[in-house]
Amino acid sequence: MGMPALTPPAERQAPAAILVGGSAGAIEVVALLLGALPVGFATPIVVLIHLPRNRPSALIAALGGKCRLALREPVDKEPLAPSTVYLAPPNYHLLIDPGPSFALSVDEPVNFSRPSIDVLFQSAADVLGPRCAGIVVSGANPDGARGLQSIQEAGGQVAIQDPDDAAQGTMPEAALALCPKAHVLPAKEISQWVQQLSPWQTWRQGAR
Amino acid sequence: MSGEFDIELPLLLEAIHLKYSYDFRRYATSSLKRRLEQALEQFGCRSLSALQERVLREPEVMRGLLAHLTVQVSEMFRDPGFYRALREKVVPYLRTYPSLKVWIPGCATGEEVYSLAILLREEGLFDHTLIYATDINPEALRKAEAGIYQLDRIADFSKAYCEAGGRASLSDYYTAGYNAAVFDKSLRAGVLFSDHSLATDSVFAEVQLVTCRNVLIYFDRVLQDRAVGLFKDSLCRKGFLGLGAKETLTFSSHTAEFAEFVREERIYQRR
Repeated sequence: MGMPALTPPAERQAPAAILVGGSAGAIEVVALLLGALPVGFATPIVVLIHLPRNRPSALIAALGGKCRLALREPVDKEPLAPSTVYLAPPNYHLLIDPGPSFALSVDEPVNFSRPSIDVLFQSAADVLGPRCAGIVVSGANPDGARGLQSIQEAGGQVAIQDPDDAAQGTMPEAALALCPKAHVLPAKEISQWVQQLSPWQTWRQGAR
Repeated sequence: MSGEFDIELPLLLEAIHLKYSYDFRRYATSSLKRRLEQALEQFGCRSLSALQERVLREPEVMRGLLAHLTVQVSEMFRDPGFYRALREKVVPYLRTYPSLKVWIPGCATGEEVYSLAILLREEGLFDHTLIYATDINPEALRKAEAGIYQLDRIADFSKAYCEAGGRASLSDYYTAGYNAAVFDKSLRAGVLFSDHSLATDSVFAEVQLVTCRNVLIYFDRVLQDRAVGLFKDSLCRKGFLGLGAKETLTFSSHTAEFAEFVREERIYQRR
């Protein structure tokens, strides 16, 4: 039986990482996204949601039950692995280093935030170039807008939760102001958008 | 900016190393780039080449750059669980030594030094302990030695001190001034503040405890290995190493030489 060609079209290079940033009202959106992803969805996903400092992250508990993929906070220098969702730990900046692997810093907060979405997105755009995708969802401060712009300028795919659909519109509105050509989506359509970013992986899953 | 920036970056680091012997060539790239972008803004330089020109000819620019390239801000009793584990699980072992030596590499402005000094005093160990607090930034070391912190940071420090199992009140250890808290001179009676680089210097003493928290995250894996090698060589057999909450020896070439002692708090014991 003949196998179809496995090489994706060059212009649709699958991302090496998909990054999601949000703040107030983001947990529900991310839970919806993760819950809709199939087992074995290969592209690593990095989730950064602003949380109170100095408190152990409750996100794993909040999202773990809804997600069929491995879910954890990365440690310093950990390489990005397939089929894994990484949650930015509180009170550190999370960055992508060449590898790609994770790097952490305790540098000053950016946009009053540590972790900051801008810091994560800008480092990912720098290291991965077009091979990264960014999504900004609900939140009450403008962190993430400049980072999303960096991803777009590096040739990566970008999406923003529709501000009217978001519990807090400030963050998606700020992102939209800097990335007017981004895909604008309601929460329930984000997982579909994420899956079409890696069509080959989705196809392979479907063919099993 | 990124293409030229990536070319200029190693050149600048090489120049700094040749001229001043500070070695940032093995620092983790992403954080280093962010810090240098901030430095470009502060010094009003259009490119790293322009900054390099100034760094080579104006030592005071190097001093300013050093502040950007080294971590300046820490917190007292950051990650209270770590200090609680030190108190409850490590201190019983430390009690068995007639005298103690502790090394805090990358001590920056000293928050961790005072945290540990307070803990050791409350456990009755401080009087026979010598703490080596080292950093590459002389300005940070001066601040560490002064032990003066903004008053608006003290509420967070106090809360962490309590959560870390503090036996008194943090206010017992400082005098509050107009805008700052001045920590008690007696807390640095047994502390030696000194210049030391994990990138270029070697082992200088045998110690029973090394705490080096959120310093290794700024190094690449090669430099991390060098630093952990120094920790390993200065620790006595069964000595302890404390790392930051997200740091691990898992990816280190020295991982076999340490045992996990309190896994969730990243406290290791030298085999």
